[in-house]
Amino acid sequence: MITSFPKLLGATVVTLKLLSASLFFGLFLGLFFAILRLNKNILIYKFAYGYSYIFRGTPLLVQIFIIYFGLGQIEYLRTTFLWIILKEPYWCAIIAFTLNTGAYTSEILRSAFQTIKPGIIEAGKSLGISNKIIFYKIQIPIAIRQSLPAYGNEIILMMKGTSLASTVTLMDLTGVAKYIISTTFKPIEVFIVAGGIYLFMTFIIHNVIKYLEKKYSFQQ
Amino acid sequence: MELLAFGKTGWGDELFYATLMTIAVSITAMLVGFFFALIFTPLKLSKYKTLNLVGNFYTTVIRGVPELLVIYLFFFGGSGAIMYVASIFGYYEYIEINAFVTGSMAIGIISGAYSTEVFRGAIQSIDKGQFEAAKVLGINKFGQFYKIILPQMLRLAIPNLSNVWQITLKDTSLISVTGLVEIMRQSYIAAGSTRDPLFFYSFAAVLYLLLTYLSMKLINKLEVRYSRGY
Repeated sequence: MITSFPKLLGATVVTLKLLSASLFFGLFLGLFFAILRLNKNILIYKFAYGYSYIFRGTPLLVQIFIIYFGLGQIEYLRTTFLWIILKEPYWCAIIAFTLNTGAYTSEILRSAFQTIKPGIIEAGKSLGISNKIIFYKIQIPIAIRQSLPAYGNEIILMMKGTSLASTVTLMDLTGVAKYIISTTFKPIEVFIVAGGIYLFMTFIIHNVIKYLEKKYSFQQ
Repeated sequence: MELLAFGKTGWGDELFYATLMTIAVSITAMLVGFFFALIFTPLKLSKYKTLNLVGNFYTTVIRGVPELLVIYLFFFGGSGAIMYVASIFGYYEYIEINAFVTGSMAIGIISGAYSTEVFRGAIQSIDKGQFEAAKVLGINKFGQFYKIILPQMLRLAIPNLSNVWQITLKDTSLISVTGLVEIMRQSYIAAGSTRDPLFFYSFAAVLYLLLTYLSMKLINKLEVRYSRGY
């Protein structure tokens, strides 16, 4: 139990790298698709809706496998520069996680945009503020505040999702835990240590989000 | 298309049975989850601090630890734990548990943690007056719960339970690591032997989409039924 701790701690760094990279890219992707969802053009709306429907309706494991095993099959892709990225399991995992969290984030942000009271936007308009400034200075900050609790959940779900990187040969926290279990046959001890590390990360994320919610609450 | 043919030439029938297996595991896991929710929801709502602690421990740990890790615990630790219990009763032979049982237990425990939270929320949002009125009318405890609280609770719980069902259905894909032949595992086998992973994994994605779509349709009907009075 004690000897496995440093190994698992080292693997936690991989998990955190995967998590932060996919959350960073996923947030931009989510914002982009949330804005598309608010578009009045039915085709653009359908495209954004289809994206979020497909990525929320299928398991993350399928998505990783399609990107890691499936895309490598296309001969044409192997000749382009994209292959440098797609042959690495690390980047495949990040692409899959980004697309997945982007879909959930776009739903969270969309509902946040839709709950903004029209009066607030009207107030901005009557003050003569341009539409662009209204969007960036009024709608986005309010939407971010509205979506904080749901986004906190999404971060925790994504942290758990990164464990699937172990299925494409990456040695993240779960991957190393599985390796130690299968070599030492001590499933319960390893589960306690690895699970403890995950719970600790959940605890930290939960409290950071709680702090941010308090800091940016409307009644100050 | 010939890849999906039924019979010996294609993978159609294998994938069909694999889909049935996914449905079977999901339903079993959901029921196991309800069983756990039945135990832990009262604990979470109890007056006693110690019982609260037990309930909170369950939901916090399970919802904070990756599903895959729980599955590995069951997969590697399951038969060991059973053999340990059996050895107390004087049985020392090797016991191997079926992948279906391991898988649906692991997913069931995860699903149970989410269901517990849903039921707790639903019971807490029922008006206190309903409990008091039932008591005043002299209805016994059994009737209070089954005839008055449960129907109201279900109306509130069904939309959230449909989310739990979606999570459970998608989580079953993770059982493929234990070798149970469900959609994901069958696609893996087919992809390996035909060297066409793109097609088979995409087809698996379509099957999952179909399952989520159809179950949403079904759940919406239930929702309408249970909110008749409103």
